[in-house]
Amino acid sequence: MTIYGVALLAFCYLAGLWMGEGLASLMKVKSNVGGVGFGMILLILFQSWPLTKKWLVREVPSGISFWSRMYIPVVVAMSAIQNARMAFSSGYLAVLAGILPTAFCFILIPFLASRFNTSR
Amino acid sequence: MIPQILIKNGLITAFLSVGILILIAELISKKVFRNKIPTVALAIFMALMAAFIAGGPNGAADIPIMSELALLGGTMLRDFTVVATAMNASLDEIRKAGWLGFVSIFLGLILTFFSGAACALLFGYRDAVSLATIGAGACTFIVGPVTGTALGASSEVIAISIAAGVVKSIAVTIGTPLVAKWIGLNNPQTAMIYGGMLGTTSGVAAGLAATDPRLVPYGALTATFYTGMGCLLCPSLFFLVLNLYF
Repeated sequence: MTIYGVALLAFCYLAGLWMGEGLASLMKVKSNVGGVGFGMILLILFQSWPLTKKWLVREVPSGISFWSRMYIPVVVAMSAIQNARMAFSSGYLAVLAGILPTAFCFILIPFLASRFNTSR
Repeated sequence: MIPQILIKNGLITAFLSVGILILIAELISKKVFRNKIPTVALAIFMALMAAFIAGGPNGAADIPIMSELALLGGTMLRDFTVVATAMNASLDEIRKAGWLGFVSIFLGLILTFFSGAACALLFGYRDAVSLATIGAGACTFIVGPVTGTALGASSEVIAISIAAGVVKSIAVTIGTPLVAKWIGLNNPQTAMIYGGMLGTTSGVAAGLAATDPRLVPYGALTATFYTGMGCLLCPSLFFLVLNLYF
């Protein structure tokens, strides 16, 4: 049943956030630390671990995959509700922060590639 | 009458309006830019423009019939769908990407986060939360807002972080075929390093498709882990490092 997939996803999401809250209070920060990342790890473990993998039969994955495909539309909606006028007033920052780090990464790729090719 | 129906059923209206916007973006991407700019990057850019035109602190959500965009694009549904994307990854694939993928993702995140934060520093931001959010936005347009929400950054800073991520996605798409020869992007191994270093999935997939379509799965493989690792590391470890100095 599709709802099992949605429920499993909801469980991973909530448990991940809960772990993020726990980590935050351990580090004495007033926020959620890596909760989304933990949720993703939980979901990956669920579908890779042989014991739980067999739960994911029939329509169960469809309950998860629908939401994973809704990710781009949600991101578009999220962009539409930002305080864009304030952000565009410092527009060069977004352009610089988007391009400069990308250029650094491009430059580093051949070095990393040669390291790995010689070590193998 | 029709506006009443649209306002009353706000979330459904939000589905419809986002769908129409993405459709227009896809048409423009195909006909005008000949797939040189990915539909996703264009749609996000158009959404940011809509928010700009609406002008308020909540962007287009300040227009009554668009108010439920705030639910569709809010933290809850965004994080829920981000977690759902993990279903496309598996432990076997992580093992396949292996050490090489891990190192390139980690290096890519560190380099991008801190140089992005340095850009914010140049523009006069001095608090660790804003610096971390913009640095995370330089990674991808997901990692930025996830980090910003987790740390409690202002909407303005979160919008800058999304815009930075969109600029990166476009830069990667356009830049990849131009620099492919120079960085030796002609084999699966380098494609995996490339995907891990840059990580912006839509940009990586579009950039590789424009360079050599056979390399797409290798780059996409490592790129899929980048956002997850970024969501894990940016608001935690990387933020704490920044917090030591600011």
